[in-house]
Amino acid sequence: MKKGKIGSIIYVALCLAFFYIPIIVTMVFSFNSSKSLTKFTGFSLKWYEALVTDRDIVSAVGVSLSIAVIATVVSTILGTITAIGLSRSRRVVKEWLLNVNNIPIMNPEIVTAISLMILFSSMKIERGYVTMLLAHICFCTPYVITSVYPKVRSLDPNLANAAMDLGATPFQALTKVIVPMIKPGIYAGVLLSFTMSFDDFVISYFVTGNGVANISIIVYNMTKRTNPTINALSTIVIIVIVITLLVVNLAPAIVKKRQERKKKAAGLEDGSLIETEK
Amino acid sequence: MSNKIIELKGLTKNFDDQQVLKGIDLNIYENEFLTLLGPSGCGKTTILRIIAGFEEPSNGELLFNGIDISKVPPYKREINTVFQKYALFPFLNVHDNVAFGLNLKKVDKSVIDQKVSRMLKLVGLEGFEKRDVTLLSGGQQQRVAIARALINEPKVLLLDEPLGALDAKLRKEMQFELKKIQKEVGITFIFVTHDQEEALSMSDTVVVMNNGIIQQIGSPVDIYNEPENRFVADFIGDSNIIEGNMIRDCLVCFDGIEFECVDKGFKENEEVEVVLRPEDIDIVEPDKSKLKGTVASIVFKGVHYEIIVRTARRDYKIHTTDYHEVGKDVGLSFTDEDIHVMYKMEN
Repeated sequence: MKKGKIGSIIYVALCLAFFYIPIIVTMVFSFNSSKSLTKFTGFSLKWYEALVTDRDIVSAVGVSLSIAVIATVVSTILGTITAIGLSRSRRVVKEWLLNVNNIPIMNPEIVTAISLMILFSSMKIERGYVTMLLAHICFCTPYVITSVYPKVRSLDPNLANAAMDLGATPFQALTKVIVPMIKPGIYAGVLLSFTMSFDDFVISYFVTGNGVANISIIVYNMTKRTNPTINALSTIVIIVIVITLLVVNLAPAIVKKRQERKKKAAGLEDGSLIETEK
Repeated sequence: MSNKIIELKGLTKNFDDQQVLKGIDLNIYENEFLTLLGPSGCGKTTILRIIAGFEEPSNGELLFNGIDISKVPPYKREINTVFQKYALFPFLNVHDNVAFGLNLKKVDKSVIDQKVSRMLKLVGLEGFEKRDVTLLSGGQQQRVAIARALINEPKVLLLDEPLGALDAKLRKEMQFELKKIQKEVGITFIFVTHDQEEALSMSDTVVVMNNGIIQQIGSPVDIYNEPENRFVADFIGDSNIIEGNMIRDCLVCFDGIEFECVDKGFKENEEVEVVLRPEDIDIVEPDKSKLKGTVASIVFKGVHYEIIVRTARRDYKIHTTDYHEVGKDVGLSFTDEDIHVMYKMEN
């Protein structure tokens, strides 16, 4: 019994080491004073300095962020509306569209990338920022549909009717009732789209042009020669991701705790009413 | 009963190739408590949804105060609905649920607060403003749904099987409560149910439906005592339904025996169906009755016994407070008024 336990600890430790040592090495060497990626010669922030002074990198960060934000907003709106529409369509339409929606998700990225590239060039659209943005919207939307649709389907179909019955126009019913109720699905869609868009390389690489590059592309170009600036950039990205993850995972728990406390307080306040009700 | 508030004229509704309403003509009056009663799938909820505006009729007219509103969207109708599973907004508290309609109309906040607390008082939920609706009991949620609808001061309130999800005792309480609320606010209630007891105890008018057709419209007493056909007699309460024929006015023959009755206006020798309510039949000594049989079974039902008496032609169901042993020879007795003759239903 004890032997098995030690075995499992070693197994988990090895797994964690395998996952995290490369990341830790990257982070440590981003503070190296020399260009070497094997010998740590002393602490310095010079690669961070190089990072902020490198115009290509700064503009790549800008491109990645702006594309991720715009693509997320557009695909969230598109995907949410589609999911709501789907839930009210005929069954045949619904099943077909949901299956078609899965194709871009299952499709190897390289196929999507080449297809989009061919599409843009056949339509004589000059490749650059706009094509990259369109491509990102295109591959993010299915993820939003997939995460929002189950929420919409689980809604009481009478909720929208109830809102309209009480005087809400269809648009007000959407914004005041439906959207608040499917928020968790929408948030999941936002997170998925943002991360998918932010770290996309393959599709971006094929559909971009005119020297427009996002972080992944610039990192890929930089790896052709030793350049610890990548380490500095990677470190920043890792820290941002860790913080985001912490916020996303802890926030619901904190909100829930606060609500529970509130409920408890409310329950105590009119505890007498519960009794009279019986 | 004063003015007509809603009129349905030749209303039909098709879903794909299925006709769920086959020509409905119905007048609904001001201050009336009207119940649409029927088994599931009879079209009663469809009528309600058409009046509310969630469905458009395929044919026919829907008049509200004399004006056709079949194309008016639900948010422009002076009609509110209490939904089957309440359809409360779970992310809003009791106050905000009830205030939803007034908030949309941009009513002043102090006015809203005042109206909300008056409404909650009416439905017996004083002081519940800050509660989370998802934590309320079924009966309380029901009351919130009623308050949320009534605060908009509709001319007509539609209730779609609102008591279906409540337990038996709470349902009785809510029946009483609903009737009280209806009298207090003085508007028309249109109530949909498949529970005949609910319909009889609350309504001014009962509309019995089956297969998209109205079977009978009348007061609860009329519907129970003078069912128009076999379906109504069978659906409302227990009954013995016997095929027979009308010999002449006030004389009917069934089970090979002639009985005096009070029904008139049938053709001579017309085939008819006769209803005998189980509580109207008395068990007497065999020699005191034309109809004789033996007790086949007896079941205790609480208030009464349900006894099945086997006669030469058929079994009769009888409700009585007296105990009779199985196998005993008995006679069945009923008065002329207890016999109710109906036109035979075409199948």
